[in-house]
Amino acid sequence: MSAATASSQRKSLRRRVLVDRIVLYTVAIVLALWTLVPIYLIAVAAFSERVAVFEYPKALLPTRFSTETMAFFVGSSGVLNSVKNSVIVALGTIVVALALGTPAGYALSRFRFPGRDAFQLAVLSSKMFPMAILAIPLAVTFIDLNLYDKLIGVIIVHSAMVLPFVVIVTAGVFASVSHELEEAAQTLGTSRLGAFLRVALPLSLPGLAAAAIFAFVTSWNEVFAATILTLRERTLPALVVASLNQSPLYFKFAGGFFLIIPSLFFIWFMRKYLFNLWGPGR
Amino acid sequence: MAVRAGRALSFPARIARSDAALPLGLLAPSIVYLSLLILVPVVQALLLSIQAENGAFSLEHYDRMVHDQAFADALANTAKLLVLIVPIQLTLALAMALLINSRFPGHGIFLYIYAIPLAISDLAAGIVWLSIFSDTGYLNTILSGLGLIKEPISYLSYENLHLVLMTIVVAESWRATAIVMVILLAGLQLIPRDYFEAAELFGASRWKRTLVVVLPLLRPSLQSALIIRTIFAFQTFAVVLALAGRQFPVLAYEAYDAYANLFNPRLAAAWAGLILVMTLTIVIFYLRIFRVREAEAPR
Repeated sequence: MSAATASSQRKSLRRRVLVDRIVLYTVAIVLALWTLVPIYLIAVAAFSERVAVFEYPKALLPTRFSTETMAFFVGSSGVLNSVKNSVIVALGTIVVALALGTPAGYALSRFRFPGRDAFQLAVLSSKMFPMAILAIPLAVTFIDLNLYDKLIGVIIVHSAMVLPFVVIVTAGVFASVSHELEEAAQTLGTSRLGAFLRVALPLSLPGLAAAAIFAFVTSWNEVFAATILTLRERTLPALVVASLNQSPLYFKFAGGFFLIIPSLFFIWFMRKYLFNLWGPGR
Repeated sequence: MAVRAGRALSFPARIARSDAALPLGLLAPSIVYLSLLILVPVVQALLLSIQAENGAFSLEHYDRMVHDQAFADALANTAKLLVLIVPIQLTLALAMALLINSRFPGHGIFLYIYAIPLAISDLAAGIVWLSIFSDTGYLNTILSGLGLIKEPISYLSYENLHLVLMTIVVAESWRATAIVMVILLAGLQLIPRDYFEAAELFGASRWKRTLVVVLPLLRPSLQSALIIRTIFAFQTFAVVLALAGRQFPVLAYEAYDAYANLFNPRLAAAWAGLILVMTLTIVIFYLRIFRVREAEAPR
């Protein structure tokens, strides 16, 4: 083979690699725009003057930037209270789901025992039940138990929704922390509980934090149960849903943007744990 | 950025032999809690739906549901959404997952961007797309700016129900593609790199390689994605409410409506029972066909 053909072959190979790269980045960027542009547009709508919502054609750039719409939304009756309720419910869900789920996750990661597979299967299949079939009978029960229209009732339901995920995620987190370290601590004289608290727990904190953030997001976003189980003590999504019929467009846009804000941060913090949380879950 | 799949659990032999009391004690709170809040309500819902006001057995709620004027529409609309959304999502998600899995420089930031909708609720997604599809919204602005339309189009009017359907399909595809992407990406990462390289060596073109090598190996992940998406599709609720309101009935909305507006929990339980039965039927159907195909596969 002559030097000339070899170099032209190399050149055509290089060109092919370059074309491949250009195609790859083009597709990647188009898909990224598909995700990002709608978020940008709702942000522009939320940060324009109220009258701008009815203008047509609309400004695509934030030329009418104003905090008036957001201020109106936050100042509307019930909104601040519902934000407070949403935060309380989400934090309560974290506490309940992690308190119940972490021990179960630890047990799954450290022990082999009869019924282990059955438990795992039950946890996985419990994700399958539609919210409607849980929330409606629970609303009936909660009225009897005086838990209806109480934040604790919503916390109880959201915890049940999140618990299966927490069990599976924490099992994965503890499995990645070496059991030998715990055994070493035990040989050095701590109890089993002490070894867990001083060795396994601190090492698992980032993973547990991801599970907590997941619990927060799920609860913050949940619409159906929150709407069914509350009347006056609305969470933010429940308030927005209940007022969809009569609220003006600018109220909806501000509310939509407000609901999205946490998601941008949460995914950033949890990006390493995406597969444990939303993956096939094994 | 490290992209890693859930790791298989490994057991230390010494600890594994310890007795079952401790692990069962650790599991007990979760078992009790999930039974009380999942198993009990499901049974309760089914009981509610087959009882008359006085507690006697009765199918009156199912009868009323079936004769509701929204019944056929709710069923048909839910089915339409399922049939239209799932293929779009699988295609988009597969494209995203294959891109990220090629580990090109900068893939980490793209994974983050593609994953953002994971944390966006269906309600918020509905409102986001409302700002785009409303009469004075961004889509009409852009189309008229490009000179493609003279008068704004009413995408959300009851006169154009096929357009309403399209807006919901777009909004749901936008929001819920991310979860399918994560499932498929986790599956792709379990496929050894050698498979891709071997195909390249034998001269398979990029597309052929994807279809012939990757898709069959990705079958378990496709199955999980399909099941999860189907379960969610039957629960589609807030996105429809935000975009279309009452004019586009779906099953989950009817359950909500029966409870919240008609104050009839038994009727609501009947709708919920229908959702559950349909979900289970389709999941079992999926599991069946995938199993048959697997048995056929020469392996």
